[in-house]
Amino acid sequence: MTVINSVACPICGCLCDDIEVTVENNEVVKVKNGCAICESKFIGYRGEHRIKTPLMRKDGKLVPVSMNEAVHAAAEILANATYPILYGWSSTSSEAQRVGVELTEEVGGIMDNTAVVCHGPSILGVQEVGIPTCTLGQIRHRADLIIYWGCDPWSAHPRHLERYTSFTEGRFEKSEWKAYMQKLKSQAGQKKMQSAMRIETASPQIRPQTCPIPGMPQTMNKEGRKLIVIDVRKTMSAEMADYFIQVEPNKDYELMQALRVLVTDGELDVDQVAGVPVEYLKQVADALVNCEFGVIFFGMGLTQTAGKFRNIEIAISLVRDLNARTKFLIMPMRGHFNVTGADVVSAWQSGYPYGVDFSLGYPRYNPGETTCTDVLLREENDASLVIAADPGSNFPKKAVENMVKHPLIVIDPHMNATAMLGDIVFPSAFVGIEVEGTAYRMDHVPLPLKKVVEPPKGVLSDEEILTRILKEVKEIKAKKNIKTAKKAEA
Amino acid sequence: MVEQKLNVTLLTGRTIEQGVGKEKGKASKEYFDACSMCYMDADDMKNLGVKNNTNILVTTPDGAVVLKAVKYPRSATPGLIYVPYGPWANAVCSNKTTSIGMPTFKGTPAEVQPAPDKQVLTLEELLKSEFGR
Repeated sequence: MTVINSVACPICGCLCDDIEVTVENNEVVKVKNGCAICESKFIGYRGEHRIKTPLMRKDGKLVPVSMNEAVHAAAEILANATYPILYGWSSTSSEAQRVGVELTEEVGGIMDNTAVVCHGPSILGVQEVGIPTCTLGQIRHRADLIIYWGCDPWSAHPRHLERYTSFTEGRFEKSEWKAYMQKLKSQAGQKKMQSAMRIETASPQIRPQTCPIPGMPQTMNKEGRKLIVIDVRKTMSAEMADYFIQVEPNKDYELMQALRVLVTDGELDVDQVAGVPVEYLKQVADALVNCEFGVIFFGMGLTQTAGKFRNIEIAISLVRDLNARTKFLIMPMRGHFNVTGADVVSAWQSGYPYGVDFSLGYPRYNPGETTCTDVLLREENDASLVIAADPGSNFPKKAVENMVKHPLIVIDPHMNATAMLGDIVFPSAFVGIEVEGTAYRMDHVPLPLKKVVEPPKGVLSDEEILTRILKEVKEIKAKKNIKTAKKAEA
Repeated sequence: MVEQKLNVTLLTGRTIEQGVGKEKGKASKEYFDACSMCYMDADDMKNLGVKNNTNILVTTPDGAVVLKAVKYPRSATPGLIYVPYGPWANAVCSNKTTSIGMPTFKGTPAEVQPAPDKQVLTLEELLKSEFGR
């Protein structure tokens, strides 16, 4: 039995690097410090959904084939395609992503990553107005006001609060965990009191007042870190917050503009904005201006609703306004563990972070035109390679319909929806469990991923599979070029 | 009075159960249970005559899907339904990218009807019915 410390968790953009993994007979048997999703991956990675051998669709069914046959068939498809999509890249290493850029350039396709359906609009917003941000370490030690806007870290980034914000012990700011536990105890006590009162009186008219007193709750006047959650519904993260603001769906833009007016000492001539009373907003604006170091974390609640990248642009503008009064920063809550790496690698190799079109022989970037969702919806693609992502589960139906009309190559450790729909399926080793590599945390800090067990026999890493396909594509294209040259000579 | 149809706003997003299920395996029971359901407001369910954990039909201009309705436990969310990310949500969410690549996964108008006798399709059945594979 071996215990491996400081393992980085290959799940979400938090990339928690304090996981302790116990390995016995080349299997992970125990996981310490991880969240529920982390445990599910480290324990479940070897489950019955694992693809063990390359598969090819023959007579409508996926049947096992040799690695050489699968590599050759995939290379033939890509080398002969005129506008292939190479999509995914967010749950693999930056080393594999680098090979992916070379392969996409070689076949003249589109290199797009999962940012297109998560924080692509954030990138567009940043490209409009820039971004004042920092590393998570700075926030951990210094932030005294944390805002989660349109995101639910308890569900999607379960240890974000514990490692980087409210419930972490910083050098200058203390953890609010004990205060939160106290709040829970007090709420439980209140419930018991209410229950006792109901039994005692049986009359609903004289129940104790349970509606909140208008204005900021007392928790916002406390010492120490404060937590505000803004969302369209009360999530578990919202229950942990000192203050929860329920905004009407698709109206985040209006709410942020209203806050911009208030933090710059303007007046609003309305009673409420996006369903939130202006009196409340004034007090929120006071809290924003009066903090020492504030940060806004935002998620899909801003990027996927009406306004999309304009929401991000205005959120960053709000932070810019606040920086005239105090210190304020903003950061997107990146989803896949290396989606940030996919953007970074794509940007340093091609100049653009996602939706890069190599069909003209040089990189071109025009979101809406060169993003793979739009290419699929316009039915312009003639082949696809999907790696380390599952558009079969996460793209709209019409986009998947068009992906399936043409040859579909899938590289993934698990039999996911895209693999079930694929024509050629490669089993790959789990990055961060069976192969090492590099991944970028949501704050752009690169961290090493460890190999804790050996992959199943015959299962290669994403990087190796891509390298083999790339080599074969180059050979096929070289043969084609010789034939074309001979014809021209004749 | 019990309504036959309810017009709502469809939101899709993450849940911790969906996260656990997707890492266990997309064909797992955990993933199916986590993603083939729909959170609804308790009063909306009452008005529509839908009992907790019974099936509903969600329809949008982009498609229709049968899901299990579950009462949202944390707060009132009248006029909102919430479906965890996954193939079931994507059967009905809008593919309008507003020319920036991002489909409208949140805030789509939808219609909900009780469908106690209709079955929720498994992942394999759903893929077969939508894409023929």
